[in-house]
Amino acid sequence: MAPTRAFVRAVLASLVFAVLLCAGRARAGDLEAALGAFGDGEPEAVAAAVTRLGALGDPAALPALEALRDGRLFVDADGNALVEDAQTKTLTRAADGQRVDPRPLRLKTAAVNNAVRRALLPALALLELRAPDPNQRRAAAEELAKRPLDEAIPALRAALARETDGDAKTAIGLALARADLASDDPERRIAAIRALGESGQSALKEELTSLVSKRDDGSYVEPDPRVRDAAGSALSAIERKQTFVGFAGNTIYGLSLASVLLLTALGLAITFGVMGVINMAHGEMLMIGAYSTYAVERVFEQHWPSAFSYYLVAAVPTAFVVCFAVGVVLERAVIRFLYGRPLETLLATWGISLMLIQTVRIVFGAQNVSVANPPWLSGGAHLADGLVVPYSRIATIVFALTVLAFVGYLLKRTRFGLQVRAVTQNRAMASCLGISTARVDMWTFGLGSAVGGLGGVALSQLGNVGPEMGQAYIVDSFMVVVLGGVGKLVGTVVSAVGLGMLHKYLEPIAGAVLGKIAMLLFVILFIQKRPQGLFAMTERQA
Amino acid sequence: MRSWMVTASMVVLGATAVACGKGGPQAGPSGSAQPATTDEAKTAPPKPEQDKSQPIKVGVLHSLSGTMAISETSLRDVALMAIEELNAKGGVLGRKLEPVVVDPASNWPLFAEKSRGLLQSDKVAVVFGCWTSVSRKSVLPVFEELNGMLFYPVQYEGEESSYNVFYTGAAPNQQAIPAVEYMMSAKGGAAKRFVLLGTDYVYPRTTNKILRYFLQSKGIADADILEKYTPFGHADYQTIVAEVKRFSAGKRTAVISTINGDSNVPFYKELANQQVKAEDVPVVAFSVGEEELRGIDTKPLVGHLAAWNYFMSIDTPENKVFIDKWRAYVKKANLPGGDKRVTNDPMEATYIGIQLWARAVEQAGTTDVDAVRQALGSQSIKAPSGFEIRLDPKNHHLHKPVFIGEVQANGQFQVVWKTEGPIPAQAWSPYIPESAKKVADWTYPWLCGNCTEAKVKSAPKG
Amino acid sequence: MSTDPSPTTAPRGRYVLHTKTGWMVFAATATIALVVVPLLNRLPSESSVLHVPDFAVPLLGKFLCYAIVALALDLVWGYAGILSLGHGVFFTLGGYAMGMHLMRVSAGEGVYRSELPDFMVFLDWKELPWYWRGFQSLPFALAMALFVPGALAFVFGYFAFRSRIKGVYLSIITQALTYAFSLLFFRNATGFGGNNGLTDFKRLAGFSLQDPNTKLGLYVASGVALAASYLLCRFVVAGRVGKVLTAVRDAEPKARFSGYDTVRYKLFAWTMSAVLCGVAGALYTPQVGIINPSEMAPSSSIEMVLWVAVGGRGTLVGAIVGAFAVSGAKSWLTASLPSAWLYCLGALFIVVTLVLPRGLAGLPDAARKLRATFERRRRTGAKVDARASEGVASETREERA
Repeated sequence: MAPTRAFVRAVLASLVFAVLLCAGRARAGDLEAALGAFGDGEPEAVAAAVTRLGALGDPAALPALEALRDGRLFVDADGNALVEDAQTKTLTRAADGQRVDPRPLRLKTAAVNNAVRRALLPALALLELRAPDPNQRRAAAEELAKRPLDEAIPALRAALARETDGDAKTAIGLALARADLASDDPERRIAAIRALGESGQSALKEELTSLVSKRDDGSYVEPDPRVRDAAGSALSAIERKQTFVGFAGNTIYGLSLASVLLLTALGLAITFGVMGVINMAHGEMLMIGAYSTYAVERVFEQHWPSAFSYYLVAAVPTAFVVCFAVGVVLERAVIRFLYGRPLETLLATWGISLMLIQTVRIVFGAQNVSVANPPWLSGGAHLADGLVVPYSRIATIVFALTVLAFVGYLLKRTRFGLQVRAVTQNRAMASCLGISTARVDMWTFGLGSAVGGLGGVALSQLGNVGPEMGQAYIVDSFMVVVLGGVGKLVGTVVSAVGLGMLHKYLEPIAGAVLGKIAMLLFVILFIQKRPQGLFAMTERQA
Repeated sequence: MRSWMVTASMVVLGATAVACGKGGPQAGPSGSAQPATTDEAKTAPPKPEQDKSQPIKVGVLHSLSGTMAISETSLRDVALMAIEELNAKGGVLGRKLEPVVVDPASNWPLFAEKSRGLLQSDKVAVVFGCWTSVSRKSVLPVFEELNGMLFYPVQYEGEESSYNVFYTGAAPNQQAIPAVEYMMSAKGGAAKRFVLLGTDYVYPRTTNKILRYFLQSKGIADADILEKYTPFGHADYQTIVAEVKRFSAGKRTAVISTINGDSNVPFYKELANQQVKAEDVPVVAFSVGEEELRGIDTKPLVGHLAAWNYFMSIDTPENKVFIDKWRAYVKKANLPGGDKRVTNDPMEATYIGIQLWARAVEQAGTTDVDAVRQALGSQSIKAPSGFEIRLDPKNHHLHKPVFIGEVQANGQFQVVWKTEGPIPAQAWSPYIPESAKKVADWTYPWLCGNCTEAKVKSAPKG
Repeated sequence: MSTDPSPTTAPRGRYVLHTKTGWMVFAATATIALVVVPLLNRLPSESSVLHVPDFAVPLLGKFLCYAIVALALDLVWGYAGILSLGHGVFFTLGGYAMGMHLMRVSAGEGVYRSELPDFMVFLDWKELPWYWRGFQSLPFALAMALFVPGALAFVFGYFAFRSRIKGVYLSIITQALTYAFSLLFFRNATGFGGNNGLTDFKRLAGFSLQDPNTKLGLYVASGVALAASYLLCRFVVAGRVGKVLTAVRDAEPKARFSGYDTVRYKLFAWTMSAVLCGVAGALYTPQVGIINPSEMAPSSSIEMVLWVAVGGRGTLVGAIVGAFAVSGAKSWLTASLPSAWLYCLGALFIVVTLVLPRGLAGLPDAARKLRATFERRRRTGAKVDARASEGVASETREERA
């Protein structure tokens, strides 16, 4: 797009805006009355006022409506509605725009509930149809499509006529489609159906289906066969798109589940796979990692609220260090006496896990704690109609890959990794060559625990943070490690991805439970074929 | 190999014979083939110690470990608080109350074992406890056998009224039905399509069954009802939320959630992430209260709803006193969570239960279960919700007000609708054909919690 | 290995199960459990010190059932070297078979007075699913309590052992098995009562389950079953099969190369173990009054392994002692130390593994060794390496094999 054209368009848009503003002033009485109603304590009155403002179409109401939406609209003792500026925090009276200074002591937030919000969103969208930013106009049209409103149709038609931006025009067309479907003009109906078919949106699928269906007396609901044809092909286009979106969705959900499995299993793959320790307390490492995140979040909230959005950046190293320390202490205190006796480690680590759970329960309480997603992880990427990929899921996938790369680097490219591999392959020989096996064991167990802690950081963004959270993941983690082949990180990755995808492809067909059962049966059967897992270690006779 | 296998089977046979020989005579009281009626099954109730110096033992049966510890620990705390409060006032009947706390560890058989221990070994006068329906079902035979008294403080699926249990939580008509009516009203968004989403166990199943009959009676077609269950502890709601989104396209939809405690965090997080907003698809939950919201970042959830008989945000003098007491107790007992601790509906129900019981004991002048049960029928209390709450002597439930609240950014609820006053509980739902005819009435002449006709047939006239 | 009190060091001879002293201890224990306890429950007045209260009877009965499970687990773990993290599934299936019978004979007395169990009424089912047929007959239910776990174990074991799955791989797939079953049974739609499981039983073989006499009868039956199981296991491990199993545990390839069909021996022990669990489950359900899928959850199966580990594996007696010690401690501590009992239990597991690698059954041995160490130290004044005296090295070799 040429910059000059954009400039001209912006100027034109602001001109239109200014003209409308002037026109709006003529009905200032109405406006003030409606804005004054915001001070009413009853949500019904507020909702009615909002609807009236939307119908008035006066952009002067925008600041007040936006304030209402964002929780910046207050009511003083006299029932006046006051708007707080998002940046400067100064108060102005909604009805006449007068600055209110000093800030009154007793302020109530305006009564907002779902009814108000339901009225508010289309009202705001109606006003935003005239916004200078084409993206805002498109969003407004989408909002109006979601919440069809008879009063909005003339405004939409007017907006369609003056719209210059392609995307926004399509969006407005779609918002009008429902109205157009009922139009007397068959051409208009066909155009609306085509638009719906191209968009692939499922919202009006039922209307389309009813168009091609017959009445009880055998006559079609839609008299015009051309319209019926168009509806039929639009329907199949929508269905095709939905199938594709469903498949794409399952793939993404599968990848995201795989990343969770990988993060929870990777630490276990190190302690279990490399060291032969059946660490039943691994789930508790996840839990401690998640509680570290919680602690960091609390500290940021209390001491550095301005940097709150970046608490996760600090939480990652914190969780790593805390879990590393816990792991090292456990290794020194208990595990090191049990090397070579994997089944005894199961018993002892189970005991450790009980104690860790109870400790956390006593320190933090039995209830779950809330870990807020930082703003940049809230919400999601809207990929298609019906497919939103949350940013937290994308971040988890990226994080899993990063942790994997980190562990891989550590084990394959560093001196420490070399020693770990040497000890894994032949402990006695490694010891003869001057490697302190005891120290390597300690560091390896610490690393495994710390990686578990990193998994905990990710889990804190996706689900519960509570004393028992680790228990939910331990069985799955063992499945992943064993399926991949004990001692093989590659195997862990492949099996995590495989199980994640399998589960998510099965879930829509069989339901969550049967999907999971099928996954477990798959593990059982697969081990029959490959008793040493996917990537078997070359058999060594001790 | 064969020879010793034969020997082995002979050993087993012999053992069985021995078992029969030994078990037979002892295990065979003649005529016990008849199901023991409640009266017969009563072993001698523990004789109340009339000695003033002896404390009255009170059982507290809530899981302090395992999956249910999340919810039940605060009920233990509030029970201890209420007992302490009563003791500070001089106890009951001039005797101190002594709480006996046990941990059934979220293990249902252990609930039965612990309740037996409480009743037979500790000889407690009353037990406050249980959360899940299965734990209640597991202890029910024990309480009926030993004629114990249980106060059950959690909203549940109804379809029950036991002589030995007092239900201080909501029955479905005191929570679920009003909530759905609200969602169908213009004020609540005039929903035409419903997703019944729950954890796969008896409370959601039964509640959703009642709701389905109810919705059908209101003209909602089966095609407009989507019923979905997830297992306990389900943590991955990506697929289900996507399905809800698809289902809600086209008609105004409300989600009725009976998802159990732990799964709510991933569920609500997924809703927020997939941008399902309360204005479009409101979720009304029956198991999410202030305590659960403490574990969730509530900002993306603003506007979703819950239906309860009490909210912490209710502005009454009684509630202020209740919250102040709780805060003081948390501080004094140095409970984890400190000033972030909240009150919720089951806590209020526990508190009411203990107060009602103490009053009944004072009136009866004894802790004897039968006498206290009689006295309980005439008790009422000004509850923190601001209403005068009465215990129904007929079905052993409370008359409770219903509130519907929207989640606020601060983790509290804003009441958007409430009943005019307390409404009586329907232990048996009139919407389920099998239970519509059933009557729960422990007063003369019915004397039955699950009957279609009175126990005492022809009441003497005059 | 010479210090290992495994059955191979028991008196030689084909069918000698016990020494004379052993038999006397067995007889004494059995008498106390089967005669003295019931008498103490019936005879003395309630206020007497010797009186065994009514509520303790089903509790002890439950422990007896657990002891059978521990015994079964020790048979496969201690003797055949198969660590099962999924024995809960066999136990629970046995329990469900009995539970289904109890539900069927209580038909019409449930909440809805329906011929169907209550949970089917709320699921809106109109008739019994096919797999509930026949359970109104007690002999059929008992047969199923043995057959279903046995058949499942046989099929599972046949494939697993044939594929030569061993060690942690086997442990993890047994865990997968029990996990899959618990998920299946947690589903209400599966038709076994979902999370609630089966409960609200009224009577067994005509006797009211609320009657203390019935409870005592069930207790005695469990005691007899335990004694019989113990003798059966002792019989198996003392004989030829036991020796082959021990060989399989210590060096399976060598046993195979010596011409033994190791799969068959393992399969036999494995199936027998599952059947014993089924028996325990069938006795457990009426005493506890509820059977539900959480008994199949992986953590329950791990707890079963802990009984054996705490008691000491490879001794049979140890398994029984362990089951009583751990579940007794749990029952007692959850009532007396409700907020700290997890610490006690956790510490018990850690201490046992660190200090008593052979469990409680190894306690006398460890004490003897400790005394010997002190003696030696006093005599020589030299420092003795504690690790060496615990025989870590020999254990290591055994596990690695």
